[in-house]
Amino acid sequence: MPFIEVNGKQIETDEDGFIVNLEDWNEEVALALAKTEQVEELTEDHWKVINYLKDYYKEFGIAPMVRKVVKATGFSLKEIYDLFPTGPAKGACKIAGLPKPTGCV
Amino acid sequence: MSKLPKPNEMLRINYMPPKTGWQETPVDFRPGTFLYSGRPESLETVGLPNPRQWSPEDEDWKLPENWKEIILEGLRERLDKFRSLRIFMDTCVRCGACADKCHFYLGSGDPKNMPVLRAELLRSVYRKDFTTAGKIFGKFAGARELTVDVLKEWFYYFFQCTECRRCSVFCPYGLDTAEITMIARELLNLVGLNIDWVVTPVANCYMKGNHLGIQPHGLVDSFEMLCDDIYDITGIQLDISFNRKGAEVLYVPPSGDVFADPGTHGLMGQLMLLHETGLDYTLSTYNSEGGNFGLFTSHEMMKRLNAKIYAEAKRLGVKWILGGECGHMWRVIHQYMDTMNGPADFLEVPKSPITGTVFEHAKSTKMIHITEFTADLIKHNKIKLDPSRNDNYIVTFHDSCNPSRAMGLLEEPRYILKNVCNNFYEMPEDTIREKTFCCGSGAGLGADENMEMRLRGGFPRANAVKYVHEKHGVNMLACICAIDRASLPPLMHYWVPGVSVCGVHELVGNALVMKGEKKRESTLRFEPIGTEEDE
Repeated sequence: MPFIEVNGKQIETDEDGFIVNLEDWNEEVALALAKTEQVEELTEDHWKVINYLKDYYKEFGIAPMVRKVVKATGFSLKEIYDLFPTGPAKGACKIAGLPKPTGCV
Repeated sequence: MSKLPKPNEMLRINYMPPKTGWQETPVDFRPGTFLYSGRPESLETVGLPNPRQWSPEDEDWKLPENWKEIILEGLRERLDKFRSLRIFMDTCVRCGACADKCHFYLGSGDPKNMPVLRAELLRSVYRKDFTTAGKIFGKFAGARELTVDVLKEWFYYFFQCTECRRCSVFCPYGLDTAEITMIARELLNLVGLNIDWVVTPVANCYMKGNHLGIQPHGLVDSFEMLCDDIYDITGIQLDISFNRKGAEVLYVPPSGDVFADPGTHGLMGQLMLLHETGLDYTLSTYNSEGGNFGLFTSHEMMKRLNAKIYAEAKRLGVKWILGGECGHMWRVIHQYMDTMNGPADFLEVPKSPITGTVFEHAKSTKMIHITEFTADLIKHNKIKLDPSRNDNYIVTFHDSCNPSRAMGLLEEPRYILKNVCNNFYEMPEDTIREKTFCCGSGAGLGADENMEMRLRGGFPRANAVKYVHEKHGVNMLACICAIDRASLPPLMHYWVPGVSVCGVHELVGNALVMKGEKKRESTLRFEPIGTEEDE
């Protein structure tokens, strides 16, 4: 299995670098994941999106639809792309430790 | 994820076949052109054989020891069970009519994407073990031994076919090449060879009712948000229900529309329309998926997932079922449902309570497509429409493969579009209706890791859109399939920037004049509306 190394610890990921076990996630892991998605540092604005995604996932077991992220955080879609250049579904969700969605998406 | 070539590089397609013969040309798992293996947990969830970690790029695919026996026995069973398969195996005369009809061949130049050769991958093995000529004359009779390399080739090319059936339209014998792919995938599944983009949606659908794995409270939350948006746009509060016993109709949209734009906008349009007509319908959290990725796995899996819709219809005691803007769902309903899970004689033949129209053609499945329902409403003048609200859009229509080729749904979406917008242009004749070109991402191939092949396969479709974009200024590509709504936006972004994608009912929702609505200022995607005429 592929992995990402954080502080000398190997954390299992899928082929695209999404972490496999949500329990492995912490803020340092988030930063390491961010660097794989063209995000060099995590600002307060980044954390607002990441925390919303994490909370939503905890409650619903799935990533929220992008429009919910826009509504809940108050950022426009463009602002979200400025924060996460690879997009909310791929970039932001990966950094928040969520799995990738599959199906007609 | 591999880096994508630029469009001009991608267009340098080499149609010259390799120097080596097709049996001597090994398969190349080039990143960007194949899909990841199925996650073992998903295989376990639905009881598929040989769950394990593996990758198509590995030398060792961790097959069961007797894999060859399993595949050949599986083929024998299927030849006995499906007379169609034996006919498809025996009949092809290699006339070549199908060769240049496949979008993957056109976009890749790889001869093994010619439907005739794709079928030959399986046929050659069939000949070796199941025909007298093949047994005696071997290679001279076009027969070959089943080896691990052959199996790898099957995996690559049968998961590089979207089962769109465009080639079948041109086959003088009418061979259903999608069914050849279906059987090949079934055989691959017997030894644990599936892709994650198919098997995880299947497992989700089986356990949680939809491909995405949205749980009941998540579904309710998402629908409520769509209703809030509708309220913001129209000033009208919709009252939707879930799992309501005694409703007249069970409404089953594809789950992709609950999750991602632009599907959500089309779903809003459908909810608005159903509200306006006063149809007594309910949604279900047990079966919250129109699509059926079982179709891309095996007949058995398709049957299991399809059964959920009917089990729910029975439990809730509805009279008939209304399906959303989904594509391959209609191949399952129209061509397989009746003999798999039918007849659904506990339901009634769908009858629109608004117009009185009885949909006789659905008397066996008891299920109609939302565009049939809406076209009938418009025909009977039962809804008020202001097409000028869509005046910002110059629209063309992409026939989704399965609604067009598997159920003949050609006129209804066009009739609706011509009534809800003022600017509608058709793409060239050879690329629409029964001859429509696939989006390039159907049959479970819509994963990001397969993006290069998706863009290659989608090129013929995109090229036709480019033609009307340049000729008529088309800026909106309407469709009636959730896979389309997920895959056409990146396809347009790559090949035809400036063209957006929408579901047909998004445009219906814009145009629909609702009783008691406030003055519309924005479209369903919260952009300024295209008209001042309401004033």
